[in-house]
Amino acid sequence: MNQIDLRSYLLRWSILMKNNFSVAISLWTLTVKEVRRFLRIWVQTLVPPAVTMSLYFVIFGSLIGPRIGSMDGFDYIQYMIPGLIMLSVITNSYNNVVSSFYSVKFQKSIEELLISPMPNWTILLGFVLGGVCRGVLIGIIVFGVSLLFYPDFTVANPLLTVTVLFLTSILFSLMGFINAVFADSFDDISIIPTFILTPLIYLGGVFYSINILPETWRSISMANPMLYVVNTFREGMLGVSDVSISFSLGMIIAFILILTSSCLYLLKKGTGIRQ
Amino acid sequence: MAEFALEINNLQKVYDNNVVALKGIDLKVKKGDFYALLGPNGAGKSSTIGIIGSLVTKSGGTVSVFGNDINKDLNKAKSLLGVVSQEINFSQFEKVLDIVVTQAGFYGIPKSIAMPKVESILKRLSLWDKRNVQARTLSGGYKRRLMIAKAIIHEPKLLILDEPTAGVDIELRREMWSFLKEINKNGTTIILTTHYLEEAEQLCRNIGIIDQGSIVANTSMKDLLGTLNVQGFVFDLHQPLEKAPTIEGFPLKLEDPLTLIAAVNKDRSINALFSELTKLNIKIKSMRNESNRLEELFIEMVNSNEK
Repeated sequence: MNQIDLRSYLLRWSILMKNNFSVAISLWTLTVKEVRRFLRIWVQTLVPPAVTMSLYFVIFGSLIGPRIGSMDGFDYIQYMIPGLIMLSVITNSYNNVVSSFYSVKFQKSIEELLISPMPNWTILLGFVLGGVCRGVLIGIIVFGVSLLFYPDFTVANPLLTVTVLFLTSILFSLMGFINAVFADSFDDISIIPTFILTPLIYLGGVFYSINILPETWRSISMANPMLYVVNTFREGMLGVSDVSISFSLGMIIAFILILTSSCLYLLKKGTGIRQ
Repeated sequence: MAEFALEINNLQKVYDNNVVALKGIDLKVKKGDFYALLGPNGAGKSSTIGIIGSLVTKSGGTVSVFGNDINKDLNKAKSLLGVVSQEINFSQFEKVLDIVVTQAGFYGIPKSIAMPKVESILKRLSLWDKRNVQARTLSGGYKRRLMIAKAIIHEPKLLILDEPTAGVDIELRREMWSFLKEINKNGTTIILTTHYLEEAEQLCRNIGIIDQGSIVANTSMKDLLGTLNVQGFVFDLHQPLEKAPTIEGFPLKLEDPLTLIAAVNKDRSINALFSELTKLNIKIKSMRNESNRLEELFIEMVNSNEK
């Protein structure tokens, strides 16, 4: 390599490093902004799941639970804990991204991002990381609340539990992003969580094992994607599941890849954000 | 090195509802220029700015910022550009300081490096004392200043302002003019759209007039104003008149018994008019220009384009 080649190589390398540094700073800035947003309104974002889950543990765990008896060999309250954590993680990851991204569209502060030289994938990742931070934090809070009601809880497979926790947050943050891209009003950001997401989660094995259902309903339940998410997480926390873990993990990762590609396509096309 | 800060060729925009906003405009703005882009509502000004700032997708044509084509070097073009939008576009619930520091971060500038610059800009725009208040509590004028602070934090070489002084009082408007003149003097190319034609006349060296998606004039302010053939003068009279006098070569009309308006052709001397009025024993108390000269031209050009 002669001197000129070396100089041009070093120049290209320094430009690349400078660009990568700029992209890293912009990603960090957006992520911090997103985290600061949900921490600023902690009474609306962090406290309600803790209160609601406490009520679930009191009513279904401590009061009704002992009458139900055991589920798949576990105390009912113990069986509920992974389901309720997933319920909170899914709804909070989704709601964080859908409300935040729709708000920046509504307030037009999306223009701050579009005018800047941030690549589209950085914008997407920044919002998703915001959703993941909230989802994981809520998961930890709900787990902490559950320990107040069931102090002897031990996690069967911590690695699988943490993996599913993060993958689920990513998956539902991406779904929230797509919802926000297409939303034209505040009604549009609440329709899917209220009428589709919540019923599917409740019927996805949060409170029961599908083994207690009649054959027909068990087959129908197998078509509910939430069943795989909830049961994979339950496998991590309790070591018991109604579905195949490798299949579930494969599907979660496949959906993350599909949704990421879809989000990047929508950003490139400017759907819902550029005229 | 690119000669032009902005070069637009055959830029077209047709919206989804088939509204044609831009019919293939060409525009060149030289480096260091202070350029006014004028036009009535719906003429295509905001569409043009939106396309330059990547907020609107173009239907055809090319746009280059300092020689960087937005189709090929979009991020490079964006890093050289600052845009002050017409509408408030920051998060109203964030603090002033956070908004500006965050904007610097979006351009890859870490907080530690941005802070001295943020402090100096906020102080220059009288926002430093309000740095820790939520943006929603700011008055309209301060929100406008914050929009400017945000747009210049990364030291853009080309700054585009879409009606930056709309709705602000005269004092603040003049303060903003002085600030914009200062940054233009320091080398930033500025493109301004405004409805205050006085603003364009005061600040800008060159001017483009856009109407119905086409550029109808693109010239220097001096040349444009030089095309005015007739200048209007308003005379306040000592004694009331019942009707306007008739003086050959000087069309006159009476606005009220004590106000006479005269149209004076560029090749005629106003002294001749004074002599004729004196002959008719009409005494003048004071005199002023009839209206903003640019406004007159603007209306004339837009009207002729509509015919």
